[in-house]
Formats: sequence, structure tokens, C-alpha cells
Amino acid sequence: MNYKNKPTWMLAAITATILSTTTLVGCGDDADSQIQTTTTDKVVINPDPFPSTYTPIPSTTTLITNVTIIDGIGGMQANSQILMADGKIIGLGADIDTPDDVTIIDGAGKYVTPGIIDTHSHLGVYPSPDTRSHADGNEMTSPVTAQVWAEHSVWPQDPGFQRALAGGVTALQILPGSANLFGGRSVVLKNLPDRTVQDMKFPDAPYGIKMACGENPKRVYGKKGGPATRMANVAGYRKAWIGAAEYKAKWEQYEADVEAGKDVKAPKRDLNNETLKGVLDGDIIVHMHCYRADEMVVMMDVMKEFNYQIGSFHHAVEGYKIADKLAQNNVCASMWADWWGFKLEAYDAIRENIPMVHAAGACAVVHSDSDIGIQRLNQEAAKAWSDGRRAGIDISQADAWQWLAANPAKSLGIFDQTGSLEVGKNADVVLWSADPFSTYAQAEKVYIDGGLAFDRSAPDTWPVSDFELGQIGEGDHK
Amino acid sequence: MKRLTTLLTLLTLSTSVLANQFAIVGGKVHTLSGQGTLDEATVLIKDGVIESIVSGSDVPLGYERIDAQGKVVTPGFIGAYTALGLVEVGFSAGQVDASTTEHPVTTIGAAIDVSYGINADSTLIPITRMEGFTSAATGIESSEYLFKGQGAFIQLTDDEPLLKPRAFMALSVNNSSASDAGGTRGTLWVALKQILSEAKFAADFRTSNSLIPTQHWHGVSTRTDAQALYDVIRGNSPLLIKADRKADILNIIGLKSEFPKLNIVIVSASDAWRVADKLAAAQIPVILNPEYNLPGAFDTLGATLANAGRLEKAGVKVAIGIETHNIRLATQHAGNAVANGMSYDAALAALSRNVAEIYGMQDTLGSLAKGMRADVVVWSGDPLEVAEAAEHVFIGGQPTKMESRQTLLRDRYLKLQQDKPMGYIRP
Repeated sequence: MNYKNKPTWMLAAITATILSTTTLVGCGDDADSQIQTTTTDKVVINPDPFPSTYTPIPSTTTLITNVTIIDGIGGMQANSQILMADGKIIGLGADIDTPDDVTIIDGAGKYVTPGIIDTHSHLGVYPSPDTRSHADGNEMTSPVTAQVWAEHSVWPQDPGFQRALAGGVTALQILPGSANLFGGRSVVLKNLPDRTVQDMKFPDAPYGIKMACGENPKRVYGKKGGPATRMANVAGYRKAWIGAAEYKAKWEQYEADVEAGKDVKAPKRDLNNETLKGVLDGDIIVHMHCYRADEMVVMMDVMKEFNYQIGSFHHAVEGYKIADKLAQNNVCASMWADWWGFKLEAYDAIRENIPMVHAAGACAVVHSDSDIGIQRLNQEAAKAWSDGRRAGIDISQADAWQWLAANPAKSLGIFDQTGSLEVGKNADVVLWSADPFSTYAQAEKVYIDGGLAFDRSAPDTWPVSDFELGQIGEGDHK
Repeated sequence: MKRLTTLLTLLTLSTSVLANQFAIVGGKVHTLSGQGTLDEATVLIKDGVIESIVSGSDVPLGYERIDAQGKVVTPGFIGAYTALGLVEVGFSAGQVDASTTEHPVTTIGAAIDVSYGINADSTLIPITRMEGFTSAATGIESSEYLFKGQGAFIQLTDDEPLLKPRAFMALSVNNSSASDAGGTRGTLWVALKQILSEAKFAADFRTSNSLIPTQHWHGVSTRTDAQALYDVIRGNSPLLIKADRKADILNIIGLKSEFPKLNIVIVSASDAWRVADKLAAAQIPVILNPEYNLPGAFDTLGATLANAGRLEKAGVKVAIGIETHNIRLATQHAGNAVANGMSYDAALAALSRNVAEIYGMQDTLGSLAKGMRADVVVWSGDPLEVAEAAEHVFIGGQPTKMESRQTLLRDRYLKLQQDKPMGYIRP
């Protein structure tokens, strides 16, 4: 999915640092001339008040030779090469011009893939150690909390980031939890842990919003004023969208008035509606926790009623029952390979969910929602791929890798930068010791923007979080 | 033509008569017994047990053949630590027999006996079985009592799953248990030793009817708890102790020297690699999840993917598999243990023979040898590979149906465009 309003977002980013623009007509040295002027301070909301300060780690020009390349968009090439320089992929294939000053890595018997992108992580917001003091992922005080932003809860010292890196994860979306109908904004991070969350923020990635269907909101709020039922969940979404549409109209009226030269006061800011308006404007992508098929279809009707787009259903354990409708509505499904039965809305999970969604032409994504699962997402894809084949759904490994990078990147609105191995894209690359559809394959080298972020052969270089410094097992084989 | 029909009828009849004899032909057989691994061998099954395992692909007359050429044959794997049969859906979905609330019959949890709660109709049983697991230890998952009660050993059949009631006693001494047991390990361990002393006293004097209701009993445990601990205190029933921190594991080793008959098994054990030599010397086996590598609490700071391999090298008996709905993924867990330093043979044993030994079932289960119960699985390839799967599963010498509620759901929805509502589509 090319996110429909990406140009709008990019434009907004350009004005990011300008809090207000002043229109002065005939501004000059002559004080008298100012009397003639109309001065309007047009209030423009800064869409990026916590801007990314990410900088890639230093890199050298690197060539991996004799390697099997899975490009992440359906291609697979044996005995191939990949060349990375200045953070980008600059060459692919058997015949490429090699610069003189280049680090050459022999990839014989090994595999190169795009870095894995996890659309569903709570690293940093539910970090290790799992204590009440650091459990900052779910604002369970009201069913509508679109005003909270996950990035304000991310603890960058969560050791889980380093573990995920060793599993080949180069980017990930951190989501608020699923207690609320509207849980708040997500943030997309480069998996390069640093001092602050801003240091990790994926530059120019759109924001997402977490929404949730089903059991969780009704369980959490059933005795706290509601919603207590699924029908009240839906009433809650619709009420919020009605409010957001009014808010959006007020701002649009204001902007039109300013444009027309009227002296008008800007509407009062409302952080909750600001996020919801971002969805209606097409700038913020909806990521919706939803298990049951029937609920997903209801949500796609709500989506049409209020004219927004759902980027991805998350968990979607019954995606296979409505895979055709997901495809028709251009909505991705972020799924587990085989989690099931921990609650009733996960009771109908099947092992072939991911390949069945893929086979229907919908955008299938393998996600983790787990600090353990995120370390082996390639194995989750391998399970789904092989289960599909045994059920007669013949998908190639090359196509299946779309579930791990290209489709997640599309559903996060960052596919123009990452998610596939193509010349010009960010060099977010994993070198695997063997076929990554094998249990025994391990990420040997993980590159983020061309920088070697993880090198399994050099334990002294492994990143260690502040939390683990001076603790048992610091720098151990994790 | 009529003769041919008669002959066919006879053949069909003879097949059903002979359905007691199966030959699994030509596979790579990991026996986990003295026969080791045979690259091409035939497993003969008769009357529910293994009749023989011989190299090659020759089959005597009268056996139903299962072709295993190019495939892998193992003993049925054993769920090492599960709540199978005790829970259908754990969360907000009605009764769960794998968790407890307070009841006057017990003050410490030891009296709880899950064998009454095993539900043979649970959908988890076929879902787990068709992925190569043929039996399991099952017990309480969630309890605020110090002891998690008496677990059972079950076979994953639809009839009479209970193989051994009261097969083990479970206990937890980790951070969360300390918080439930007086808020400190300082209380927990004093209580634990007191309880074991009471049980020992009761066991030694039970012939004198000291525990009849008309007699006084002033134990910390109830008299039912004490009775439940008889077999534990005498070493006849394994005591599974959940612990992670090094100091906790050392306390457990100390407990064993104080009560030498205890047959202790440590569960979870994320720091166990740090005291691997001591565990080996004390002959304490470990049941773990080798994928657990995060400092989830201040007693799991040493967690590492290398745990299983390091324990194996030190000579500790390791079993793999702590899960319920997805205990079927223990094969993947074992594969990841291999990827992080465990030997392949030890990883297979961790799913089969070692588990059987922990629960005292090794004379019938956990390996393939003449006279062992025929719990046998034929795999499409290496069972520890995520992309391979079980193709035939025998329990007690009988093939089981490779079907579950999940495969039926799959088959119903494989084709979405139907001319009738889905409810009319019966796969």
C-alpha cells in the first residue's frame, strides 16, 4: 500500500519547526506603513514536536559475495552479491562494479535478506524487567486516549531491543496496549538502541494509532462505565469519529478563514482529536487489534462510514475467514504463526492463517507482540510458509519473505525507504548463517543503514543496555 | 470377477484383523535407546508395543506398511510441564482446572489433585497429538499457594488419558512465590522446611493412625496436605521446584542434602548454567524453556539461550517444554537450543527419554526399544526444523487421526466463495 496521503505528510514535515507563520504585508522600515497592514498569526500545529535525532552508526562500503539473496519482493537469486555504501544499497546481482576500498564478506552457503520489520512490539513500553514501575504501555484510565503517544513511554534501555537485533530486526513499531478503543499513537523505531527515544525514531515514518476490538476494552471498562459489550465498543469508535470530524471541520474552517484574510481565532487544541484528525487527514495510520472475522468486517464498515483507512488489523487470528474482504479493502493483517486459545477470541486460530490471507491477495504480515517471538520472526514465517504448502497453498520462500519486511514496511508507511533489497533503498540487511527458513539459521550480521549493528562473530561488539551493565551475564551469549 | 471380489473382501477383512501389526518402513530412526540412531530402519509394532527395530526396509508378512523412506522416526514426544486437559481457554472463558482459589482442605496447596480435572474431550489433545506429542505431565499453572499440588501424567488419547495420577508434586520458590509466601524468601523457606518435616513425621507415623480426624493435628499444612506429601518425602514421587535465581537453586541443592530422599527436579532454571556442576553432582534434572533469555525479573538476570547447552555439557539431565496450548512448539524450542550450543541427541532426549525418566515412565515411554509402548511418530523430516511436521502418530500401537478442530476450520475456509453460508460447509 502506498500510503495515500504521504505527500501531505511530507509537506507537513517540512513545516515541522515552524510553530506559527506571520503574514506581514508591506513590512518595511517605515513605521507608518505598518498601520496599513493586516497582521494575522496563523496557528499551524507542529506535527513533529519530538523530532527524530537518529544518526546511523558509521559504515564502510561493504560487498557480500557468493550469497543467496532473497530481495523481499518476490525475487531469490543464488550466487549473487549485494553492495552497500553510504547507508544505501548501491548494487545487486552477479555483475556489479566494485569500488576499490571495500570490505568484502564471503557469503558462500549463506543468505541475505532485508532486515525484519515488526509491526507489533511493546519493547520499551513493557520492558524487561517486567515491573509495575516500568509498565507504561496501556493508559487504562479511559476507553478513548488517542492523546497519549507511545514514544513518551519508551524506555530505550530495554534489553529486548538488543535481543531483537540479534534476530535480524532492523525496525519496529512500538504500540500502546489494547485495553482502549483508541489506545494512543504508536512510534516507528530503528532498532538501534540509544540514549533517547528520539535517537531511535525512524526519520519521516508516519505516526500510527492503536485501536482495539473485542474482549479487552469490554473487560477493562465493563465495570468502569463501559464499554461493557462489543456493541458499545462500536458506539465508542463512532462517537469519537463524529467528534473528530467536527474538530477537523473547525480547523478547516479556520484555515479557510485565514486564507480569506479574516481575523479569526484558532480553535482550541485538543490532543485526542488532533490524533484522530490526523487519521481522517490520512497522515496517521490505523493499527487495529482485532481477532474475530466478524468484528474486522464491522470495523471496515466503520472505516468507510468515516472515510479513513485501516493500515493493518493486528493479530487477526480469523483473518483466513475474511481474507477476500481484507484484500478488497486494502487492509493488511499482522498475524502470529500459531498462537491460539489463550482467550476465546483466539480460539479459532489455525496454522494456515498467514498463507491463506496471502493467497487471497491480501497483505499478510508476520508480527510478534512478544519480546521472545520478535527474536525469531523468520521462524514464524517459516512455520506459516510450510503449513501453507502442506495445505496445498504453494507460496515460494521469496514471496513469503514479504511477510517479514515489505508488507510490514508498507503497513507502516516506510516502504519507500526500507523493506526490500533494491538499489537506492536503505541498507537494512541481514546476513544469515543458513537458509532463514531453518530453525538452525542465525543472523550473523545485521546492518542498519549500512552500519554493522550486530556481528555474531564479535561478542565484544555486541550492544549492552545500561540495565544489564554490571549485572549477571553482562555481554553474555544472549 | 466374483473370485476377485471375494479375494478383495478377504484382503480387506484381513487388514482390519491385522490392524494390530504395523511396520514403519525405511525411515531414519532415532531410538533414544541402546540402538542409537539408525539411518534406514524398520520399526515393527505388535499388540501395542515395539516388537523390534531392525536395519533396512524388509517387512515380514502380515504388517500394515507405513512408508517412512526419507522420513524421520522418533518416540512420541512428551510434554514436560503443561496443563493439558485442565484448561480449554484460559482467560475470561469459564472454568479452568489449572488454577486454584483458597479452600479449607489445604493451607499450602499440596493436597490439590488435578487428576480429577483431566478432560479427555479437550480440543488441545488432538491439536497437540497431531504434532507428535503423545503424552504429557500436566498440573496447576496458577496458584497463590506455595505448592501447586499433585500433577498427573497423561497420554494424549481421546479415551482414558490418565496414565498416572499424582505423578508429581509441584512447588515454586521464585520471586513471585516469595511475594505470596509472607513476602520474603525468609518466610518461604522456613515454611517449606516446616511443611516437609511435618510430612516426614506424618509419613513415619501414619501406621499409628495419627492422622485420623479424632486425633489432634497442629501442622502448618493440613493433614490432607501432609498425606499428599508422603510419596514426595520418600522419593517415590518427583518434587518439581520452580526456581530461577542462582541463590534459590543453591537453596534447593541444600534442601536435597537435608532431605536426601527427595527426588527434586528444577523447573524454569534460567540461572542454572551458573551452578551446572553442582546440579550435575546432586543429580538434579532441569525442565526449561531454552528460548527464555530476558531479564524479566530480578531473579532471571542470567537468562541466556546458552542455558540448555551449558547444562548438558556439565552433565545435567535437561528436559525441554514448558507450555500448554503450544507445547507442540517444544520441538522448535529444542531446535533453538541446538542452534545455541546443545547437542542434537540431547535435544531429542530433552523431548522424550529425559522427560520419561523425570516422571519414572522410562520403562514404557520416551524411547524406542523392544517391548516399549509403541508411541511412535513419523516426521516429514528433522522434527526440530520449523518447516517439518509429524505425518503419522501412533499411541499405544494404534495410529491416531491426523485431524483437529484447527484442521477442520482450515478445510472449511480454504475456499471462501461458496454458494451457501459457511455453516453448511462440512469439511
